[in-house]
Amino acid sequence: MAEPVLATRGISKSFGALKASDDVSIDLRPGEIHAIIGPNGAGKSTLIAQICGTLKPDAGSVNLLGRDVTQHTTRARAKAGLGRTFQISALAMQDTVLQNVVLGALGASGRPWRFLAPALGDADLRARAEAALERVGLQDHAATRTAELSHGQRRQLEVAVALTLEPRVFVMDEPMAGLGSEGSKRLTGFLDELRHEAPILLVEHDMDAVFSLADRISVLVYGKVIASGSVDDIQSDRQVREAYLGEDA
Amino acid sequence: MIAERYLNAAILAIFFIVPAWALWANEPFTITLMTRAAIFALAAVGLNIALGLGGLVSLGHAVFFGIGGYAMGILAFHAQTVTPLMEWPFVIEGTKSMPVIWLTAIVLSALAALLIGHLSMRTSGVYFIMITLAFGQMFFFFSISWSAYGGEDGLSIWVRNDFPGLNTLQPIQFYGLCLAILCAVLWFTHRLARSPFGLALNAARQVPQRVETVGLNPTRLKLVAFVISGAITGLAGALFADLNRFVSPTMFSWQMSGEIMVFIIIGGVARLFGPVAGALVFVGLEHFLGGLSDYWLVYLGLLLLLIVLFGRGGVIGIVSGREKAHG
Repeated sequence: MAEPVLATRGISKSFGALKASDDVSIDLRPGEIHAIIGPNGAGKSTLIAQICGTLKPDAGSVNLLGRDVTQHTTRARAKAGLGRTFQISALAMQDTVLQNVVLGALGASGRPWRFLAPALGDADLRARAEAALERVGLQDHAATRTAELSHGQRRQLEVAVALTLEPRVFVMDEPMAGLGSEGSKRLTGFLDELRHEAPILLVEHDMDAVFSLADRISVLVYGKVIASGSVDDIQSDRQVREAYLGEDA
Repeated sequence: MIAERYLNAAILAIFFIVPAWALWANEPFTITLMTRAAIFALAAVGLNIALGLGGLVSLGHAVFFGIGGYAMGILAFHAQTVTPLMEWPFVIEGTKSMPVIWLTAIVLSALAALLIGHLSMRTSGVYFIMITLAFGQMFFFFSISWSAYGGEDGLSIWVRNDFPGLNTLQPIQFYGLCLAILCAVLWFTHRLARSPFGLALNAARQVPQRVETVGLNPTRLKLVAFVISGAITGLAGALFADLNRFVSPTMFSWQMSGEIMVFIIIGGVARLFGPVAGALVFVGLEHFLGGLSDYWLVYLGLLLLLIVLFGRGGVIGIVSGREKAHG
């Protein structure tokens, strides 16, 4: 079996008496989509925060591309190839769509210390940014102010910014949230192809998307992984049905 | 609505037409007023890089204005008394040369901004305002107690400093120098806002977590903005001291920091010509209302209140509407 590109090994994180992550070990292998599901408050966002470096786990380690990055900053992890999308769009709303993706390209180039030449005049940055916009279908909105985008378009832009980094691992926090069925279907198709470029750790509430995309699913409840396996395994797991899918077994 | 471009051109035109008229009508005092406006504008353009682009509400920019002022005062004082500034470990003489004074002002205020910014950037919001204010007060009281350079009374410089090829004693020539610097810095700021650095800084102000996830350091971006900002305000301080041929602890006072910020708020935060418009309005009110009543600041306060309540974009915003996304 291929080496996992991303793995957590027994990470725990408590806030006071609340165990937000309880000995969580999950991994992501090349070419796959691994979905994390769980009810609200299950600790999905806390888990993502520890994987991306905004929170440090109390115990356990995070491994990215074979290196222990537990003590690394968010920036270092981004440079190492971790591409992240936010649950609540984190975009520069006053700037144009193009400026937002150029920011990603600028981060990828690692050369922000240029003070006179216009950023949008840089052919390399621009090519990279425009390619990412085209892939998510926002090329016609490049000059639009981000605040004027629809909710769904902002979700697409989130993905586009992550694409500019050409990451080796994607971590996506509810990319379908609020998309509507049409948008959701389109993004599902896109992610289905994207997994061949880089595997995706997907936190998602949209069960249609999860069941059609995921190679593996892990179920998180009260900070603990209660089940992990293929779509069929999870759909037939008694514990999962009780705890999460809301059915009496 | 008038496009911002045309409004900016109109504001700049004032800086050419009014002094030209004053020269023709032989009104040197008007030229001095316009010089004052240009220098205040320069100080505020500097602050606007930290405040408007970086979102750093610094209530301590008088530190840099004062450092620039004292750089001029101390160097020129030693030149006019023909005493060296220091003799050990190497000799530093005073100077009357503006380019040398400017360079000193820029370097010293940039260093101070690096130190103050580095320490203040650990905080944000209201704490950032307070800590920058506290640094300002430190410099203020230090300058008051520094008796070698006049303490509370400040330093008088008898003759304006020199610039190669110009007679700076002629008000219009000194004005031209200040205006040229203001234009150069406005050009630089315009380019800066659109540069890769400006784009990243803009994002660091709005969504620092995003900037981190693309692998850039938002705090470092803001720190560099703060240093550039302090250096420009420091240069303005050196010119201001040369305009008055006098430097005193007032340049370090928190009222000075407040005034620089008021120029920006009146004119329009984060607008290229906001600080310029604000400085013009301020100097205009100071001259015309100040002539009517000693309590003219009441009217300034009223204007400020109206702008904050009803016209958040300042003068520029009121005349030309919301800012367009550049690009």
